Amino acid sequence: MAEKKLMYGNHAIVEGVLAAGCRFFAGYPITPQNEIPELMSIRMNEIGGVFVQTGSEVAAINMLFGAAAAGKRAMTSSSSPGISLMQEGISYIAGADIPVLVVNVVRGGPGLGNIAPAQSDYYQATRGGGHGDYFTITLAPNSAQDLYEFPRLAFELAEKYRNPALILADGLLGQMMEPVELSDELVDPNSLAENEWALSGCKGRERRIVRSYDLRPGKLEEWNLRRIEKYEKIKKNEQRFEATDCDDADLVIVAYGTCSRVSDAAVKMARDKGFKVGLLRPITLWPFPWDVFADMSKRIENFLVVEMSCGQMIDDVKLATECRSKIHFHGRPGGGVPTPPEVYKEIEKVLGGAQ
Amino acid sequence: MKKIFGRPAGLTEILQRYCPGCGHGIVHRIIGELLVKLDIRERTIGIAPVGCSVFADEYFNCDMIQPPHGRGPAVATGLKRTRPECIVFSYQGDGDLAAMGTAEIIHAAARNENITVIFINNAIFGMTGGQMAPTTLPGMKSTTSVKGRDIRKQGYPIRVCEMLASLDGPYYLERCVVDTPKNVIRSEKALKTAFMNQIDNKGFSLVEILSTCPTGWGQTPIQAKKWLGEAMVQYYPLGVYRDRSKEEK
Ligand SMILES: Cc1ncc(C[n+]2csc(CCOP(=O)(O)OP(=O)(O)O)c2C)c(N)n1
Ligand code: SF4
Ligand SMILES: [Mg+2]
Repeated sequence: MAEKKLMYGNHAIVEGVLAAGCRFFAGYPITPQNEIPELMSIRMNEIGGVFVQTGSEVAAINMLFGAAAAGKRAMTSSSSPGISLMQEGISYIAGADIPVLVVNVVRGGPGLGNIAPAQSDYYQATRGGGHGDYFTITLAPNSAQDLYEFPRLAFELAEKYRNPALILADGLLGQMMEPVELSDELVDPNSLAENEWALSGCKGRERRIVRSYDLRPGKLEEWNLRRIEKYEKIKKNEQRFEATDCDDADLVIVAYGTCSRVSDAAVKMARDKGFKVGLLRPITLWPFPWDVFADMSKRIENFLVVEMSCGQMIDDVKLATECRSKIHFHGRPGGGVPTPPEVYKEIEKVLGGAQ
Repeated sequence: MKKIFGRPAGLTEILQRYCPGCGHGIVHRIIGELLVKLDIRERTIGIAPVGCSVFADEYFNCDMIQPPHGRGPAVATGLKRTRPECIVFSYQGDGDLAAMGTAEIIHAAARNENITVIFINNAIFGMTGGQMAPTTLPGMKSTTSVKGRDIRKQGYPIRVCEMLASLDGPYYLERCVVDTPKNVIRSEKALKTAFMNQIDNKGFSLVEILSTCPTGWGQTPIQAKKWLGEAMVQYYPLGVYRDRSKEEK
């Protein structure tokens, strides 16, 4: 029987990363994710993994580049300002087609902002983030259970497509406590297959080069076009979402992470009052679950996008619905967290007074 | 016919695109030879910088990686910690190591990371067309200090070996120069020590090599060699700045 444990979201990430067979962590403290490096320093020591507290997030992401280029599962975690510093490295890693896992426990911004939960790094996460044409696979957990399970999924997707993967959490998910069902099947790092691109010394084989540059005329263009083919495959195969009560809905709320939990409560309030309201929760933010939106927009008249930002995911909802439906928005930037009554009020605004 | 001179197996057959009189080629050859002499070529992972030697990933005949400008020591840390059986070296210029990557090299040295760093100090940004480097000498001309580096506005050069020697961390620090055959042989000896230290799990070794950039300096190869041995050596004194093996005895 799988063990159930009450855990902080940030601790669930650590156990999930270790359960996924990752034995390399490099990072730099920043609130609200300090519990990750703290527990990681203890746990890596216990199980013979590597923990490095770095001089900066720039160093952390580049240590990941090295560890992952050596063919090992490697992860780092940070919060918004630190993730900004990592963008150069993520671009190089994406350009070299190397799988790594980056966790962003998002806080209020821009700048130093505050340490309250936020979703204002959505653009950065889903548009590549650094320079050049690239995307990172981006997963949006909404529970401690997800925080435990998504690292493994993220590594599997990252390796399958040779692409960096991102888990986009927020300060609330990281700091809250919830029961987590732990997996019986822990990944043994030694059981992971050696990659045909990993650096390990060229004994008995051709030497290998990991790099993101190609100065030969036309070659970088070709390389980018091949990467686009990969992205098309990811878009086709990996769209994930959760749809609740959407079949008969006059209005569907679109929300991920913490906002999807808040919106879930608002949907229940609305249903109690007789409103036909559903919830569509994107689980992959990139690839965005475009297909389900394209399909739903043929029947659903209203979408209400709820975000802890000034409105970023709303762009993807508009694109995915091709503006066939009416798109409403409720956002709380700068560390604000919407409440269920607040979201319910927005529903009433769209659908009229009590039914 | 008997072959008396050829490429060491530590270098690939690819033609190196360095300018005539450039010091990078000399240091490449030393490393290429050491990979064979120390029998480590097949377990070595090299790191090419951003700079004229970015193409080192094609020139060294071993596994190679090419990271962002200045981040070699961090990438080396990730490689070495996950593959301790491999020999990891980071090859870096002065812009790469002493400007962009100052934080990365200081922290790798402070952690006494078991890696080998080869630092090519040619006092200029060769790759981007001869701009001022953190190691450009006072009064020295560059394309961003056309009347000579003005220390009142552009500050003083950084002496990397001396700076790192202020830390307890590093195991071995030496500054050499590749202006004469004798000094090339001295450089090879220093680099051999730097690789041996890693093989023996001693920790962080850095060899700074004062080197020519005739193109960036606006000199002929002969002039450059002379200026290297005089002006550069005068500002950057040669010698061993740290050798913990001496303390161990
Ligand atoms: C982030 C970033 N900034 C700037 C550059 C441009 N750039 C490329 S090489 C270089 C300086 C190289 O000088 P050095 O490290 O001394 O190497 P050299 O060519 O002299 O051997 C610069 C500034 C870059 N590639 N990346
Ligand atoms: S520009 Fe300078 S450092 Fe670059 S290859 Fe030419 S001589 Fe060498
Ligand atoms: Mg230089």
